[in-house]
Amino acid sequence: MCLAIPMKIVKIDGPMAVAEANGVQTLVNISLMPGVKLNERVIVHAGFIIERLDDSEADAIEQTWKEYMDTLEKEKPLNI
Amino acid sequence: MNKKILPGHGSGGKMMNDLIENTIRRIFGGSSVQIDDSAVLKLPHGRIAFTTDTFTVTPIFFPGGDIGRLAVNGTVNDLAVMGAAPVYISCALVLEEGFDTGDLEKILLSMKSEADSAGVSIVTGDTKVVPHGRGDKIYINTSGIGVFERDPERRDIVPGDRILINGTIGDHGMAVMSERNRLASSGALKSDCAHLNHLIKKVTDSFPGAIKFMRDPTRGGVASVLNEITKGRSFGARLFEENIPVRNEVKGVCGMLGIDPLYVANEGKVVIIASKDAAERILDVMKRDDNGLESAIIGEIDEEFPGKAYIETEIGGKRLLPLLIEEQLPRIC
Amino acid sequence: MEKELLKKLAGRLKSLKLDGETRIMEVCGTHTTEFFRSGVKDIFPAGLILIDGPGCPVCVTPNDYLDRAIEIGRVHKPVIATFGDMMKVPSSYSSLSAEKAEGMDVMVVYSPMDAIRAAGEDPGREYMFISVGFETTAPAEAATLIEADKRGIRNFSILSGNKLTVPAVKALLDSGETAIEGFILPGHVSAVIGSSAWQFIASDYGKPCVVAGFETHDLIIGVLALLELISGGKCELKNEYSRVVRSEGNRHAMDVMFTVFEPCDAEWRGIGMIPGSGLAVREKYAAFDAGKKFPVTPPEPREHPGCRCGELLRGLIIPYDCPLFGKACTPERPVGACMVSSEGPCSAYYKYGRK
Repeated sequence: MCLAIPMKIVKIDGPMAVAEANGVQTLVNISLMPGVKLNERVIVHAGFIIERLDDSEADAIEQTWKEYMDTLEKEKPLNI
Repeated sequence: MNKKILPGHGSGGKMMNDLIENTIRRIFGGSSVQIDDSAVLKLPHGRIAFTTDTFTVTPIFFPGGDIGRLAVNGTVNDLAVMGAAPVYISCALVLEEGFDTGDLEKILLSMKSEADSAGVSIVTGDTKVVPHGRGDKIYINTSGIGVFERDPERRDIVPGDRILINGTIGDHGMAVMSERNRLASSGALKSDCAHLNHLIKKVTDSFPGAIKFMRDPTRGGVASVLNEITKGRSFGARLFEENIPVRNEVKGVCGMLGIDPLYVANEGKVVIIASKDAAERILDVMKRDDNGLESAIIGEIDEEFPGKAYIETEIGGKRLLPLLIEEQLPRIC
Repeated sequence: MEKELLKKLAGRLKSLKLDGETRIMEVCGTHTTEFFRSGVKDIFPAGLILIDGPGCPVCVTPNDYLDRAIEIGRVHKPVIATFGDMMKVPSSYSSLSAEKAEGMDVMVVYSPMDAIRAAGEDPGREYMFISVGFETTAPAEAATLIEADKRGIRNFSILSGNKLTVPAVKALLDSGETAIEGFILPGHVSAVIGSSAWQFIASDYGKPCVVAGFETHDLIIGVLALLELISGGKCELKNEYSRVVRSEGNRHAMDVMFTVFEPCDAEWRGIGMIPGSGLAVREKYAAFDAGKKFPVTPPEPREHPGCRCGELLRGLIIPYDCPLFGKACTPERPVGACMVSSEGPCSAYYKYGRK
């Protein structure tokens, strides 16, 4: 039961915020993540922000896997 | 304040006559709507297409259209996808007592404007009023007659045929659902409600022999149409996920609600199966029509999974697209 | 993730040569569905077997919960607000969608907040929210209840069927029934409870495990990372969803959850009673506890005799092993919850599977 999507905070208004994803804006509740700031990327589940989304971590993971593939390819080129 | 629909508006007496004369016929055009019990029509010799459809939608006004636009375009499209040129339609209204006459006028005006632009005449109709609480504001039934400019022909779908669509999928269903759930706001999230007879005529006139099949993917969406085509046949329909046009906003709301746009209703789309050789040229014709700017070849007929519709994802994995049992509900799982 | 890398990783997964069978479990039901939907399951190398875990809250909700909800609907006649997921789930004798057709007032909501909004606008009627879900959802439901309390919306209550995933995974490991070599852990549950909550799987049970996200690349790297750990014999916990999941999780959300709820023993469909795995509304919020507000005596629950959802949810069988699958049990006429929930394993196999 974990359908949750990344959105970006575009407005904060008391306990609610306006979040945007794919050009769609919707009201989300910030009471589970009260410190959230404008322009932060977050994960929204059932109308509630449940966590922040950290793009630098996303980049780091991607970089790790890129290097992993590069190493593998040097050892043995893959036919894709 | 606008007047409300009352039981008398369906009673057969003066109130009803006033409604018909001063509202309905005034808007639709007295010269086209006939007042006798039946409309008397002139048709060319040969076979005709005849269809009927009833429209209910909540809310009745939604971004990109209203129930009246749907009612005209839905019937026009049902005729057009059969290869017929729509000429006449009827309009039967079931109104709930208390319905706002201003809203009724708006709906009738949009029916008239769509009918004019589609080139069909509204020639006959009916009005009934149900007690408050026994209906949902307004239901509209439209029946339509189309004529064939060339003899309708069945052509067999064969492996290699291409699957085309005239633009983005899921727009109507998601616009209505997000309005209904008071969920999202976005100017770009709106119904694709449109009549496609002009686009279809261009395609069929240019490539009369290459079109194998046409269908408007309304309720159940594109996936359901492909299931219908392939059921019990020796071929299957393969879609390429990366080629399917989906508006960003539709992706957004679908993601939020856990809904697959391939199963979402469209009201201004046609799925065309065409022979491989002509597909690219058909695509060019479609793209030149206002209702086909984002047309795409989204898949092909093949024999890998006979009788099934399936999709190849961006990583080359495949999954089936079964017929769904019922409408998708917003989910959080 | 850039497309070229994604395709390379997909190619890597597809071309792996496994030594015999490798059985891994995805705990989360959303993973179950996404593995199919993304096509990643279709490019699994030969021998890699994905076992579906107990992580679909709809599937593990026992019949007597829904029996009670429906009995409350019949006797006390509140408006029942529910996530769409629960509509078609069979109870012992009925379902919410069958009851709706018979006239019960059932509304589908996207957020529990929609339910208190409706209750606030309609103070003359009672509104009962079907509160199911794991640690991802329970804090939102708790926050909703706190909000109702703050706004003085007294015609709102919830029927808690909420559950905690950690005790369930523990119970599964303790049972020793399943030969699972590693776990793909639920990304959004972990966002709330923190990846460290799963450390025991590696430390105490010696099983490698990976926290994974839900996009196509997340699924692929989740599996690749887990297979690396398994083949290297490393009993470690890895977090491949660190863009969302922190080691400590969202402490505030956990606090909100435990402000409203307290752990209780709970019945899981197919698994049985798991101590401390449920969430009961605390005494302080008893006025919002539909279980207390609306006393009923539900009928004796019953299970379909042939239904193997239990074994499935314990990771012992896959849907194709059940004799009812696709025959007596279809999404149209589901016998067990695993066939009806959008993330139920049987539903996913039925919809997307190739058989």
